[in-house]
Amino acid sequence: MATTALPGTGLAKGLKVTIKNLFRRPATQMYPHERPDLAPRTRGVIALMDENCTVCMLCARECPDWCIYIDSHKETVPAATEGGRARTRNVLDRFAIDFSLCMYCGICVEVCPFDALWWSPEFEYSEYRIEGLLHEMGRLREWADTVPAPPMLEDGADAPPEVVAAIEKADAELAARSRPAVAAPSAAAAGAGAAEAGGAGAAPVARAAEIEVEAGEIDQETYDALIAEGKSERIARSKAKAAWVKKERARLAASGATAPASAPAPDAPAADAGAPEAAPAAAAPAAATPEATKLADVHVEGTGEIDQEVYDALIAEGKGERIARAKAKAAWVKKRKQELLEGGGEA
Amino acid sequence: MTPLPLPLPLAQAVSLLDAPGGFLVPLLLKIGFVLALFFVVPLVGGYMEHKVMGRMQARRGPVEAGPFGSLQLVADGIKFAQKEDIIPRAADRWVFAVAPGVALVPGMLIFLVIPLGPGVFAVDLELGLFYALAISSVSVLGILMGGWASANKFSLIGGLRAAAQLIAYELPLILAAVAVAVQAGTLSLVGIVEAQAGFELLGTGINLWYVFPQLLGFGIFFLAAMAELSRPPFDMPIGDSELVFGYMTEYTGIKFAMFLLTEYAGMIIMSGLMVVLYLGGWQIAPGVPLPGCEGAAGILDCSTLGALAGVGVTLGKVLLLVFVMVWARVAFPRLREDQLQRMSWLVLVPLSIVNLVVVAVAKVVF
Repeated sequence: MATTALPGTGLAKGLKVTIKNLFRRPATQMYPHERPDLAPRTRGVIALMDENCTVCMLCARECPDWCIYIDSHKETVPAATEGGRARTRNVLDRFAIDFSLCMYCGICVEVCPFDALWWSPEFEYSEYRIEGLLHEMGRLREWADTVPAPPMLEDGADAPPEVVAAIEKADAELAARSRPAVAAPSAAAAGAGAAEAGGAGAAPVARAAEIEVEAGEIDQETYDALIAEGKSERIARSKAKAAWVKKERARLAASGATAPASAPAPDAPAADAGAPEAAPAAAAPAAATPEATKLADVHVEGTGEIDQEVYDALIAEGKGERIARAKAKAAWVKKRKQELLEGGGEA
Repeated sequence: MTPLPLPLPLAQAVSLLDAPGGFLVPLLLKIGFVLALFFVVPLVGGYMEHKVMGRMQARRGPVEAGPFGSLQLVADGIKFAQKEDIIPRAADRWVFAVAPGVALVPGMLIFLVIPLGPGVFAVDLELGLFYALAISSVSVLGILMGGWASANKFSLIGGLRAAAQLIAYELPLILAAVAVAVQAGTLSLVGIVEAQAGFELLGTGINLWYVFPQLLGFGIFFLAAMAELSRPPFDMPIGDSELVFGYMTEYTGIKFAMFLLTEYAGMIIMSGLMVVLYLGGWQIAPGVPLPGCEGAAGILDCSTLGALAGVGVTLGKVLLLVFVMVWARVAFPRLREDQLQRMSWLVLVPLSIVNLVVVAVAKVVF
């Protein structure tokens, strides 16, 4: 009204808008005759991939309408490895969603930690009787076949972080593999025997990270230095362990590098010479590792026997019967391991 | 005492329906003609309203019943006929039952005088315009009866609003029509069409319809007609956001359908009157006679082809006006009751009086 426009301009504008619409394509989707265009994340029906379900009950508990019904029982699974412990596992007996109660909030799909629940865009499951809307496990599993692949990212969107990380890792591996391959031909081009040492040295250095060193010993120097600095015993021990592993690796790599230099095989390719020489070199210190590490490797079946001495001692100390039995059992296993180890060493 | 001689001949033009065959054959022909008009043309107008309204609102309108949904209103009619006919316990039974008929019949009677083409009309009354306007006022009675007899406050308010609105807009409507009658010099609707064919702009020889000299009158008539029909944006008597459905709140089934048909027939009637009064009736364009009507001023002496073409032209113009009414309905929101009354009494009535005076003076001077 307050505008400077002529009176009636507003009326004319209204007429203009409506007449424009008259010649525009109607927005109507001719649904029963044609399939409607649904949004990529349409909430049509909830699908269940029951093989993923662990009966954690999160969905049923989070459901605001309490429309998810889950029944299950526990089953004992025998130990996978010899001497392992038998496990219990939940087995899904019934998973039902009552779509007459569901309000399609999608919280169940959101909370499911194992990707057992999915949205499917299917929506044509109306029923003449309300009981028909209670979809049991089989029906929910059928819906899972209609779950579409996740939609493409929008143009210009950042790649997902896990994809970026995977690409970077692959690139790094590729680069690490190609570097010695590049170095070796260049060394061969030089032709001189002295160059072989350099060409061979490149390979073990690149592979230093791949050399397996069994941890266990500590680097006493590092340990003392850290303790002197006032670090706690635990931290000092772990750092010293890491330092020992590092040193050991460096040593092994160096021995691998020097070995071919002395080997009387000038015609053999440098890389081939380095690798077989490095493997026995790595094996040698492993054999020399202290028995403490080896003790853990010896397998002893706990058969229920106890170490009577230990048991009596503990009982005498006034410990409970249960604790005494457990400790005595552990003591028996330890003793047995020791025996086995010594026997093996002799053999 | 001798009886006064009649100053004018009674019916000037002769209808094509006055076929030989005595009394009965023309009578049946005319009844058939009026009924066919009354029941078919409003359905066409209603279908157009559905479709145009849908398209303007980015919808498709009816699509299922018949080709392109064209039989939707027929299906609706059948459905209405099947519905239970409910009469509220507190209602005044007989008045309640009769009211839709009282609203409906005048609409039917007006089709009697509206000429669709050369010779295509039921009867050419000498007082045709007066008759049409007088009869159309009767349907107010039906609406008021329905509103009162329903024993429902919404119906009552709706009925009273309708009465106030129809009385308020009757005045500018009639005053605008009177100006046309003054210019044409006759009240016969056929005569008015003829007069438009003969009207020339001050010695230039350019033939003009009355809409050009009386643009103001046409505008007033159009607005008043929309208000008379209680169509949006003048639908306060129904005002579904305020009054449920106004005077039709308590009506169901076939009676409700009768009220609806009255509304659609009213659109056709008012458009027909506008075509006859302002838009040159069955002429294609000003000064252009119909094919087959070249002789005798090209108005009444026509072949069958000319008559049919005339009907087509008239109905085309009628539907064009209906389209404009639907367009206004889609584009504009409902007026408030006081705005409506103010617009009639303070704007349209004075303007229509000015229009009448100007036309009368011009008639005398030139």
